[in-house]
Amino acid sequence: MSHQSESWGSRVGLVLAMAGNAVGLGNFLRFPVQAVNNGGGAFIIPYLVSFLVMGIPLLWIEWSMGRFGGKEGNHSTPFILDSMAKRKFWKYFGVFGIWTNLTVAGYYCYIESWTISYVFHSLFRSFDGLSQSEVAGFFVDYVNISNTTGIPYEAPVFFLICVLLNTWILSKGLSAGVERTAKIGMPLLIAFGAFLAFRGLTLGTSGASPEHPDASAWAGLNFLWNPQFDSLSNPAVWLAAAGQIFFTLSVGMGTIHCYAAYVKANDDIALNAMAAGWMNEFVEVVLGSLIVIPIAAGYLGLDWVKQNAGFGMGFQTMPFLFENWGPFLAAVAGVFWFGLLFFAGITSSLAMGTPWMGFLKDEFGVGREKAAWSFGLIVLVLGLPTVLFYNYGVLGEYDYWAGTVSLVIFAFTESVIFSWIYGIDKGWEEIKRGADMKVPEFYKPILKYVTPLFLLFVLVGSVFSPLGGEWDVAIQGLFSGQGWTLDNGSLIKQAMNTGIKEQLALASDSATRLRLEDQLVYINGARILLLVVFVGITGLIYAAYRKRVREGRS
Amino acid sequence: MTAAAIITMILTMAIVTAFSAYYFWKVLRTPNKSEE
Repeated sequence: MSHQSESWGSRVGLVLAMAGNAVGLGNFLRFPVQAVNNGGGAFIIPYLVSFLVMGIPLLWIEWSMGRFGGKEGNHSTPFILDSMAKRKFWKYFGVFGIWTNLTVAGYYCYIESWTISYVFHSLFRSFDGLSQSEVAGFFVDYVNISNTTGIPYEAPVFFLICVLLNTWILSKGLSAGVERTAKIGMPLLIAFGAFLAFRGLTLGTSGASPEHPDASAWAGLNFLWNPQFDSLSNPAVWLAAAGQIFFTLSVGMGTIHCYAAYVKANDDIALNAMAAGWMNEFVEVVLGSLIVIPIAAGYLGLDWVKQNAGFGMGFQTMPFLFENWGPFLAAVAGVFWFGLLFFAGITSSLAMGTPWMGFLKDEFGVGREKAAWSFGLIVLVLGLPTVLFYNYGVLGEYDYWAGTVSLVIFAFTESVIFSWIYGIDKGWEEIKRGADMKVPEFYKPILKYVTPLFLLFVLVGSVFSPLGGEWDVAIQGLFSGQGWTLDNGSLIKQAMNTGIKEQLALASDSATRLRLEDQLVYINGARILLLVVFVGITGLIYAAYRKRVREGRS
Repeated sequence: MTAAAIITMILTMAIVTAFSAYYFWKVLRTPNKSEE
């Protein structure tokens, strides 16, 4: 029986698809904000250290686990883990590798659909003549279903278009769909990014105006890159850097395993993983740092950037800034900016579809097209609550549990399975098999000890995050007998909805109280939905296991 | 920009670009074993 019904068309296509999986909106919108908030230029030191001791090892772990599973016809994490660890229960940890993708795809496709809509609005000059607050208000109207931007039900309509587009590409298969999209999307993304980065780098003080006389792109770049070495002693900066590396590489999701499962048994994974990982770093560090922050500081000033740096700048501020470049360049820049975000998004969301499709095909013999459409349907159902109840924090709730906590848990588990259960000696040989580069020997102890410990540090850090993220103060307080005060963003307080409950206790007017009470209902509803999906996938894994036993495959 | 900021920026970007270009170039130049 042949286990390789699908395969990659070319090596470059695979690397571009893997890089596309890693490159996402966060490369342009999250990285510069994290750098600004965590010591500017000094952030890059813990960031690169995290990449070397956690990012690269995790890439190698996931690529080699995927290729190993693919040899036996397993293209999703449950039975990849099952093939590596003897005990039967490990396959149930693999549920994360499917659940995360389905649930993240639900809200990620929604964000991706914003980029399609904003390309459309940039082309048709919807932002022409709007003030900064009006451009920001445009986004607020967009995500508020009861308001309108001029197109009725624009948010759900573009979400549907986005889901259909993803489904259609996935139905074309790995080589003709996913790989072809990456081959078109990644070069375009880099070209669009290079154009905007050049503008950011050369803007200087030409964007200063009577309202913002001190505006300077150089000040933005200086703020981003000026090293503050004292921040290196702050554990929060290290935690932020490790977290950024973690999320930017799309590790802990199960997508890398799935893509690598289609690599032939003796083909390289070590060099491919390095090429894809470093390409992601290039997009993030080089292009990502030269667009949003310098352009915003170039027109609005550094103080504005310090106060407003965040994910929302991409949609609420950038279109206004582009309008300073005249009608033609504003349209071009808008199309390029939202186009690059779209390509960053779609190459990632397509990757999220493949583990589910691989699972259905491997275990239940479901054909490619049917599997793709089932993915589309699930994404539609899971995504709709984030579209309809965006203002109640449903999207944020999905992102927290599926897009943050789940990744760290799964990555920690897989690093332990790889190095300690499967065994570092066998794992090391698996990484080196067919390698087209010399894998440095010092990575063997890093894989065994440093990477799991680093991940444990990130996991514990998110569970017990101290008040205000001030670790040094919290540690001193602990040793002086003052206890440990958790931040509302810590996993424990987040699970208890402490932040909203505190707001509720302080709310004086009935409208605010009603709104916060509704928010609690929607957030808890979202959690129930996520839990139901998790349990459902676990049930499917059990059914698949029973089927394998009946067929003598397990 | 301060000299420290310029040096940090240029050095970091040069390192990241060099590694990215090197590994991608190596991928382009090395065929898969299954294709040989």
